[in-house]
Amino acid sequence: MDMDERLKLFWEVGAAMIASTPHATELGIQFVAVGEGQATLSLPYSSGLVGDAKTRVLHGGAVTTLLDQACGLAAFTGFDTMGALATLSLRIDYQRAAKPDQTIIGTAECYKTTTHVAFLRALAHDGDESDPVATAQATFMSTGPRLSFEDAIKARMERAKRSKAGTRAP
Amino acid sequence: MNNTTPASGHPKRDAIRDIRERLHNIPYAATLGIEPHFMGEEFTLVLPFRQSNIGNASLPALHGGGIGGFMEVCAIAQLILNNPGRDLPRPIGISIDYLRRGKPVDTYARAQVFKQGSRVANVRVRAWQDRFETPIAALSGHFLLGRETG
Repeated sequence: MDMDERLKLFWEVGAAMIASTPHATELGIQFVAVGEGQATLSLPYSSGLVGDAKTRVLHGGAVTTLLDQACGLAAFTGFDTMGALATLSLRIDYQRAAKPDQTIIGTAECYKTTTHVAFLRALAHDGDESDPVATAQATFMSTGPRLSFEDAIKARMERAKRSKAGTRAP
Repeated sequence: MNNTTPASGHPKRDAIRDIRERLHNIPYAATLGIEPHFMGEEFTLVLPFRQSNIGNASLPALHGGGIGGFMEVCAIAQLILNNPGRDLPRPIGISIDYLRRGKPVDTYARAQVFKQGSRVANVRVRAWQDRFETPIAALSGHFLLGRETG
């Protein structure tokens, strides 16, 4: 299959996926980039995400959500078919406190998929990837029916032809 | 257990007021809409349903990260209750298992401290919706206890 078409689909679906996830937009999570089995998102600092008013350090839960979301997107692009996913397990080690006022970057890598399970590694940092705020390990499961990427792209092209809007995500 | 407030003859009410005050120092808990409750003798946190906590709008399902964050707050709140007069505890490493879809209804969480040392505590949290016996998620983790504030 055409790799460019597949990547184009990932970028469209990835950006739309984040924008249409109420809890991701609530925290301010933003789409940055996506590749084959890879995803990067960002979480700008905001006072509503603080875990300790005294230190102004972000709450672990905000980092958890960023990493869960990044892993979900990396798992989506890691499978060779398309469909709904659910987190099975998420393990997070908090290496150090996030610096107040710094944007957190979350990157995830899907290093193995079976028919129904994706295995992922992820990392959160605030500017220097070699000095992470947290590292994570996750598994995701595919739930429900799956669609081949070829069919998804075909469906998207037909939709675009029909509506002439052309850029709507599937 | 709680010795930070003067006795009013309503220890449960005092405990709730105390924990509510401490939760005010956790803006993230307010962002999620988390509320402390006592069910009988058991300290329980409630995550009232909010559209902003949805992770998958088409199912619909609560966001896994939000459920994880909710359980982290629950572990921290339980450690605050058990250790008054210390700064807030911080997570070191946590492990979350997702067991069922988080339906768009209220979610509850309760924590148990499995081991408490002088610096580190091991905590297990269960999150459930309609029945305690059918949890939607579970967390286990180590937390670094805060410094004594004196």
